[in-house]
Amino acid sequence: MKPENYSERRVDVNGWQVNLTTYKLGEKWHTKADNVSPGAALARIVADTREDSEARALERARELLSRTKRHEV
Amino acid sequence: MSATYAHPEVLVNTEWVASHAKDPKVRVVEVDVDTKAYDEGHVPGAIAWAWNTQLCDTTVRDILPKRQFEELMTQSGIGNDTTVVLYGDNNNWFAAWALWQMKMYGHKDVRIMDGGRKKWLAEGRDVETAAGKSAPASTPYRAMDADNSLRAFLPQVQQAHKSSGAVMIDVRSPQEFSGEILAPPGLPETCQRGGHIPGARNVPWGKACNDDGTFKSSEELQKLYGAEGVTAAKPVIAYCRIGERSSHTWFVLKYLLGINNVVNYDGSWTEWGNLVGAPVEKGAAKSAGQA
Repeated sequence: MKPENYSERRVDVNGWQVNLTTYKLGEKWHTKADNVSPGAALARIVADTREDSEARALERARELLSRTKRHEV
Repeated sequence: MSATYAHPEVLVNTEWVASHAKDPKVRVVEVDVDTKAYDEGHVPGAIAWAWNTQLCDTTVRDILPKRQFEELMTQSGIGNDTTVVLYGDNNNWFAAWALWQMKMYGHKDVRIMDGGRKKWLAEGRDVETAAGKSAPASTPYRAMDADNSLRAFLPQVQQAHKSSGAVMIDVRSPQEFSGEILAPPGLPETCQRGGHIPGARNVPWGKACNDDGTFKSSEELQKLYGAEGVTAAKPVIAYCRIGERSSHTWFVLKYLLGINNVVNYDGSWTEWGNLVGAPVEKGAAKSAGQA
């Protein structure tokens, strides 16, 4: 199999940058949401459509990012 | 890739891997924090190593003990003379950790696939989902004793801090460096205090890579690190949160720029930032001239 329609885009989630990487493999769409810096994967989702895959990855990323506290420096 | 890297032999490109992945003397390994990405699809013939279970001592916080390392190599079909090509997600982040450890145990021919998993996928190259077969090596692997000269332990870092005897390079994000956040966004906090080792320079590890995941040119890397006082003239200690991002920077400095006196402080911020009484500096990075 070859990955198709590979794409990356940045979105803002509650003030945090999230990188969405999506591609199609066979009949399924794969999305990874990472936290840009350092780039750790927050979610990996496989779904039937690009929209569903990205929406679910963002939902999971939003949930995890909501737990991150900003401290006074 | 640049022909001016100090050790260009440690890098292979995706085309090389596509041509050699199934050579009997070559073993391709995808390395990540776990095997989720590998399970979705990987370089045909590649096997997987999970950082969290296979590349660390899971009891004591340490690298793999020598015997376990030998077992991993043997079970992975790797002999002492095998060419091992490592790659992974996120610009080869964990692949660099595996390379650092393999070098500590003396493996001669271990390389990184420039651009990693990201470039392979973006180029639309073949992937397979079946787990790669790894018939055990016919001859048991024999590792050398761990070469701890590639690694910094806490006393060495404390001494370097007191004497200003090394350039300390913190490769975490600016927000982690300043103390605004205690762990990368979305990950659990694993230290009691935020900030950095006083005097450390901040060069986030990912700055060494291009957008496609490949390493920047030698000239760009020299400019990036040279501006922070990182040269061959003074020992360098790289650290991050748990030592994996800094293994990437260690690789860049040692093999791409040829700075031999560089070590990876794998205790990193989860050690220093939890020590009672350890000095901590907060705030954004200063320019090199302000240090």
